[in-house]
Amino acid sequence: MQSKISAKEVNVYYGSNHVIKHVSLDIFSNEVVAFIGPSGCGKSTFLRLLNRMNDFIESFRMEGQIFIDNEDIYDKKINVEELRKKVGMVFQKPNPFPKSIYENVVYGLRIQGIKNKKQLDEVVERTLKQVGIWEEVKDKLNQSALALSGGQQQRVCIARTLAVEPSVVLMDEPTSALDPISTATIEELIYHLKKDYTIVIVTHNMQQAGRVSDRTAFFYMGELVEFSDTKELFTNPKVDLTQKYITGRFG
Amino acid sequence: MISNSVKINRFKDRIFKWYGLLSTTIGVVILFVFLYTIIKEGWDRLNWQFFTSLPSRRPSSAGILVPLLGTFWIMILTTIIAVPIGVAAAIYLEEYGKKDKFASFIEVNIANLAGVPSIIYGLLALEIFVRIMGLGRSLLSGAFTLSLLILPIVIVSTREALKSVPKTIREASYALGATKWKTIWNAVLPSAAGGILTGVILAISRAIGETAPLVVIGAMLYITTIPTHPLDDFSVLPIQIYNWLSRPQKGFIENATAAIIVLLAITFILNGIAIYLRNKWQNKVKW
Repeated sequence: MQSKISAKEVNVYYGSNHVIKHVSLDIFSNEVVAFIGPSGCGKSTFLRLLNRMNDFIESFRMEGQIFIDNEDIYDKKINVEELRKKVGMVFQKPNPFPKSIYENVVYGLRIQGIKNKKQLDEVVERTLKQVGIWEEVKDKLNQSALALSGGQQQRVCIARTLAVEPSVVLMDEPTSALDPISTATIEELIYHLKKDYTIVIVTHNMQQAGRVSDRTAFFYMGELVEFSDTKELFTNPKVDLTQKYITGRFG
Repeated sequence: MISNSVKINRFKDRIFKWYGLLSTTIGVVILFVFLYTIIKEGWDRLNWQFFTSLPSRRPSSAGILVPLLGTFWIMILTTIIAVPIGVAAAIYLEEYGKKDKFASFIEVNIANLAGVPSIIYGLLALEIFVRIMGLGRSLLSGAFTLSLLILPIVIVSTREALKSVPKTIREASYALGATKWKTIWNAVLPSAAGGILTGVILAISRAIGETAPLVVIGAMLYITTIPTHPLDDFSVLPIQIYNWLSRPQKGFIENATAAIIVLLAITFILNGIAIYLRNKWQNKVKW
């Protein structure tokens, strides 16, 4: 099977701090992969490598290679903006722009210079339906997205990400700021999205990893300790450290 | 049984409370006495004739049409000149400028410029705009002068507004494939608009109260033609007030107080708008 994302011997440094150590992994199309591990283990940092969001950190330095669709995304010739369109990202805290719901969803298209009203309308309806919020907001598309509840905001943020038609969606603890009911809707959404997208999700919540992911990677102190089928990892971990973490003996 | 030191501290506490109350009251009372005197003196003078008349040697037929229009012209021209430059400078310093020695040198200088006495700006403007650029004693010279004066305020307040835009908004924009410029233009500036606007309005309301730099560049004390072009001669309200106050006749003093009411009203309205916008934005944008 051809891998969608392939990391080879990746090392990351913040200044002299070695935060990702010799990580190699492959992620395939249309699977959901969860990254788990204690705070500071490097799981978020690794996620942010995949759409080059770490580039903004001044002391950031990276070794190794990461391929997405067989393209080395840290190659000098790569267009970072194009990469980020292909690899979308949903953040920990819902972060809608202080604009209307409609303008939030079409933001990525507007900055590409798309002005065709009909096309934009279609995208808004399609993506808001995809995230299951269309019925709730179709009559108030011109209201500020900030007036929505946290869970609704997060779904608008996901719709906004889907609007630029990525093939990979990265989610950095997307439900950590939400209540249990909103969390459940987002998890269900992830399950539905998987048929069209490759999803990588960072989570603190092991039950969540168990519920939504096909495979789970356990990070500890910057190393990839274990990466296997989710069921396998949670019921029959190969490494002692994983066993200790998932049974809550540290973390 | 309360110990002595506690008693002393409580006593000090009461003293300080009364001292604070007294200080607050003095400020408010002085302001009210001032407003009361002004309004009592000048209120009756505020009629249609006063707003629509040209200057005159007779106080009762003189009006503020020319300086009032001059003030509006200056407001608009100064905004057009100072806002794009000030906002662009702030964007450069905040978003593009490297945090090196040069940047901190510029930063310190901008802060210093905000404290330079306004008459110094007038002297600079007299040489550059009036003489070298040959703009004469025109509205445009006046607007350039006041733009210089408020530029530091606009830059500082814009930078504060840009700084207050959370990192998550920028990240959201970058993650959707936006370049740095598109992120600034489409995400950061709209989020900072409230703060920028508030700063601009407060700066403008400072500008329209300025007299000294305009006197230096030679704003006219007595003109009888309505300004219709940026290169026309002009007067503004503070200069008209200054002029009338220096006349011996009682009637002109009354005119001056009436003009002060108008100037105060404009300033209060501008500040009111600024406060309204700030509150509105604060309520709307909860990060």
